[in-house]
Amino acid sequence: MTAKTVSKRGSRRRWSVRDREDFWTGLFCLTPAVTISLIFVVLPIIYSFYLSFHQWSILIADKPFVGLDNYRRLLKSTEFWNAMRNTAVYTVAVVTVGSALSLFIAVLLNRKLRFQAFYRTAYFMPVVTSTVAVAVVWTWIYNPHYGMMNYLLRLVKLPTNNWLVDPDWALPAVIIMSIWKNIGYHMVVFLAALQQIPQAYYEAASLDGAGRLDSFRYITWPLVKPTTSFVLVMNTIFSFRVFGPVYVMTGGGPMRRTTVIVYHIYQRAFEMREMGYASAMSWVLFAIILAMTLLQRRLTSKGETA
Amino acid sequence: MTIRRNTQRLSLSKLGSLAESLVLQILLFGGSLIMLIPFVWMVSSALKQESQVFIYPPQWIPDPIVWDNLQVAWNSFPMGRYYLNSMFIASAIVVGQLLTGILAAYVFARLRFPGKNIIFMGFVATMMIPRQVTMIPSFLILRNLHWIDKYQGIIVPALSHPFGIFLLRQFFLSIPTDLEDAACIDGCSRLGVLFRIILPLSKGVVSTLTVFVFMSSWNAFLWPLIVLNTQEKFTIQIGLAMLRDEMGTNWAILMAATFLATLPVILLYLVAQKQIVRGITLTGLKY
Repeated sequence: MTAKTVSKRGSRRRWSVRDREDFWTGLFCLTPAVTISLIFVVLPIIYSFYLSFHQWSILIADKPFVGLDNYRRLLKSTEFWNAMRNTAVYTVAVVTVGSALSLFIAVLLNRKLRFQAFYRTAYFMPVVTSTVAVAVVWTWIYNPHYGMMNYLLRLVKLPTNNWLVDPDWALPAVIIMSIWKNIGYHMVVFLAALQQIPQAYYEAASLDGAGRLDSFRYITWPLVKPTTSFVLVMNTIFSFRVFGPVYVMTGGGPMRRTTVIVYHIYQRAFEMREMGYASAMSWVLFAIILAMTLLQRRLTSKGETA
Repeated sequence: MTIRRNTQRLSLSKLGSLAESLVLQILLFGGSLIMLIPFVWMVSSALKQESQVFIYPPQWIPDPIVWDNLQVAWNSFPMGRYYLNSMFIASAIVVGQLLTGILAAYVFARLRFPGKNIIFMGFVATMMIPRQVTMIPSFLILRNLHWIDKYQGIIVPALSHPFGIFLLRQFFLSIPTDLEDAACIDGCSRLGVLFRIILPLSKGVVSTLTVFVFMSSWNAFLWPLIVLNTQEKFTIQIGLAMLRDEMGTNWAILMAATFLATLPVILLYLVAQKQIVRGITLTGLKY
């Protein structure tokens, strides 16, 4: 405000001096961040687009241009579609169940409560623990004979299974672990949103005879909707990039039933050295993530104006 | 009469709310048990004799408690070395990201710079590009720089991240400019304003970012896995993953190693819980 009035009244010369200082300072301040981003984000994205039209095993200098061959090949590849399907199953399960549980726990925690600090700490603990560490521990938990999972299942008389070595249960096992690991993160996001809702709304509703479920449906749910969209987008993007648990727990098996897309790209690029083909798959992954982000954003902004 | 009926109703509703909070406590307690059991299981397995690990039903409290396992795990792979590597890499990234982030965010929040909004939008847009998508060309760029299997291969690409710039800019914008205007009249330079006035007011957000960046660098896996080849350069996460392949079924030692690998971050979390929650809240809501 003051700056504007001064700029109108003050002499032009003084301002151009300040402008110049701003320019040089700005240039100095922006250069490091911009340089790093250009070399390690912008350049790679262009480079990978270029690579995706070439065939290149990194060991040979020659990279022949192959047009759309890499893309054609991946569309026909059963391994690619298998990886996509596994990723989709993983994502849908983690996003729906995980986000719902996060919201549920956040709603429970959003009141004055004894042991609240303890609960928050407990639910958030897996988030800060590294994926590798968590995956190693859960591999042991899923041990068919001596693991805790089957032990607890037997205690409550539920059927047990072989988890990570069973082709049908390996992916669900990874999903359960991921939900457990990420609940706390989105719980915190939801809690922050819930705390913005004025308590008076709930008091007014309960005076009008609204029950807990009514208040949730007519007050909480509409007011946390933007946050819900945000959580869904973030959760989807994170889930599509899953790699660590698969690498540590299953190595993509058994029978490629836990091979997710990033793991597949990793294998193609760094084990089989097919840089061109793997780049094409990266671009498909990028397109999917981008499309989902834009779609969710559009849905969110519509929800806000309506 | 009416008074009596009122008190009766009051005690009834009190009873109801008591029952409700009991149900709440049971639900939340059960949930937190599920969250914590894997950690308890890790510690319990870490302190068992190898033979005791394979007892069914499993024992929660090891008998005897084998503290030696921690020592064995520490020595069985060069854990001290991994610790140092991870510490060095994470610290370098923290310092670099704070520096580049503070400078860039200051431009976006305060300076008149041609096209700064477009540049800022560019940064925000790069947040949508996951590292996993660019890992192949990034690897090839590092290869041309001869940075494969070198620490700078992990550190330099991470020296700037849009998350930090975004977080800091949001915070700088929330600081009133009155103080700076006063300083400008006194002839303070633009960078002087940043370091003498804005930064001292931003201790909270800077510590939040520090904790965040440190944790994510310490826990990073995919990129160090691609860049590093020789064992003495491994970070703790790579070392642990390799140990899991080598040790196979020696779960006691594996759990002891995992426990040691997670300890620093869990301690940091217990100390800096507030910063972490605030970081998520700030970016989560203002995205």
